[in-house]
Amino acid sequence: MKIFCLSSRTWLCVAILSLALFAPVSAKAELSDERKSELAYFLEQDCGSCHGLTRQGGLGSPLTPETVAETDDETLFDVIMNGIPGTPMPSWKPLFSQDEVHYLIKLIRKGKDYDG
Amino acid sequence: MMVKFRPYVLTLFALLLSGCVHEGLRGTGDMGLVIERTDGSILIVDHSVGKSLGRIEGLGDLSHASAVYSRDERYAYIFGRDGGLTKVDILTRKIVGRVIQGGNSIGGAISQDGSLVAVSNYKPGGVKVFDSKTLDLVADVPAKEAGETKGSKTVGLVDAPGNKFVYGLYDAGEIWSLDFSKGRTPKITKYRDTGTQPYDGLITPEGRYYISGLFGEDGLSLLDLWHTDKGVKRILGGYGKGEKALPVYKMPHLEGWAVADDLAFLPAIGRHELLVVNRRTWEEVGRVPIHGQPVFAMGQPDGRYIWVNFALPHNDTIQVIDVETLKVIKTLKPGKGVLHMEFTPRGDKVWMSVRDANRVDIYDTSTFERLGHFEAKRPSGIFFTNRAHKIGL
Ligand code: HEC
Repeated sequence: MKIFCLSSRTWLCVAILSLALFAPVSAKAELSDERKSELAYFLEQDCGSCHGLTRQGGLGSPLTPETVAETDDETLFDVIMNGIPGTPMPSWKPLFSQDEVHYLIKLIRKGKDYDG
Repeated sequence: MMVKFRPYVLTLFALLLSGCVHEGLRGTGDMGLVIERTDGSILIVDHSVGKSLGRIEGLGDLSHASAVYSRDERYAYIFGRDGGLTKVDILTRKIVGRVIQGGNSIGGAISQDGSLVAVSNYKPGGVKVFDSKTLDLVADVPAKEAGETKGSKTVGLVDAPGNKFVYGLYDAGEIWSLDFSKGRTPKITKYRDTGTQPYDGLITPEGRYYISGLFGEDGLSLLDLWHTDKGVKRILGGYGKGEKALPVYKMPHLEGWAVADDLAFLPAIGRHELLVVNRRTWEEVGRVPIHGQPVFAMGQPDGRYIWVNFALPHNDTIQVIDVETLKVIKTLKPGKGVLHMEFTPRGDKVWMSVRDANRVDIYDTSTFERLGHFEAKRPSGIFFTNRAHKIGL
């Protein structure tokens, strides 16, 4: 499931997104290997622009297995989907499906060396 | 006979020893470097011929790395994410000094007299200042008050006339200046309550105004360095008019932000717009609707056009804005992950790094045609040596 809001009409994205959220298949769909490696690249490069390429932190907090050890998946999911209001951590809802966010969380927990 | 030849033999030896780096004497005015952010390497480039001359490795984590130059344009100081400050000789293509000066740094500046290099840090916060020759520590200025345990992240560090450095305190919402005009112990001036979450800063090209971009408020703050007694004033307050901003996937960079004619072009956080302000009154005079959220907006050296790149998901695009009409006159699609642009000193060409394509592209600024390209590994920042002689760069 790939949702890119290339249009500036955010309502369109939201519409597509809510479809994605409520479509039961999306929760179970397997991500393709290609998409997985795109996500790993994204985590490194684009999350890395605030969290550091090595995820030791920057404007964003460090994002390593140790620093998120105490945080459960649900919280991480919520943070990535909705952002942290009042901080530069944005909501990634317009760019990623639920599965994709779960995969990102998996990668964060594995740590930098496993991104392949 | 033998004796007579010896000096030549020696010269020959010296040439051989120095390897292929010295292709004879050359100036550095048409040289520069490209950051390869993933591999911790940089390319030394020549913008007369439009190619890379060689790679230097071992510079650490270079995400968000930037560079400044010594005033002789021979040495580059590279500020890495891992707190590394690396001094590179771009002629011999060698690392000549490296210190890990902090846990997590974000940028730096070189002083007006060229003798000091300052680095701003996210962790542990604060600014450290080094001797530009030796990289010995000269001053360490934590961004916290007595009794506070956690220092503020420092952002938007620039040099200013009078051998000063000016920067913002992200967590505290302040602007500080360090004055090194009287020696190596700086006089610190703190401006309080200068706006919520300054994320970056710029100094105008003549070195008079320091501007903080604010993440936590609709607006920017302005410090007139000729009249610091007047304090810091807010400009463009409420530019968002209460509308909800879009998620910001990449913070705009203010360094290199365009000042052209009597106008300055500033980013509207979380909006697909450039704000245009009059440089005398600092009032808004217009807005330019653009393709996405701007990251860099850089004025062509002749001041005629502004080139803009964008945050995700629009980071495959460059737009060119005409300063006279305030309209977008060209939209280019160099490829995914266009992270940075740099003009040749007189603006005949612009280079851009296309991260995802592992390429640096070279465009003609009069025809907007791509003239050439070369390979680079995940390129990000491009820095030409003419920055050595510009305030704030
Ligand atoms: C524009 C900057 C920015 C980008 C890009 C960004 N983040 Fe963040 N992120 C932040 C900031 C700032 C914080 C810390 C907020 C705070 O002060 O609590 C944060 C916090 C987080 C946290 C909470 C960490 C913790 O220990 O509680 C997670 C998880 C996170 N980010 C994941 C991501 C992921 C995944 C991406 C890429 C899809 C990403 N971030 C991209 C700025 C960013």
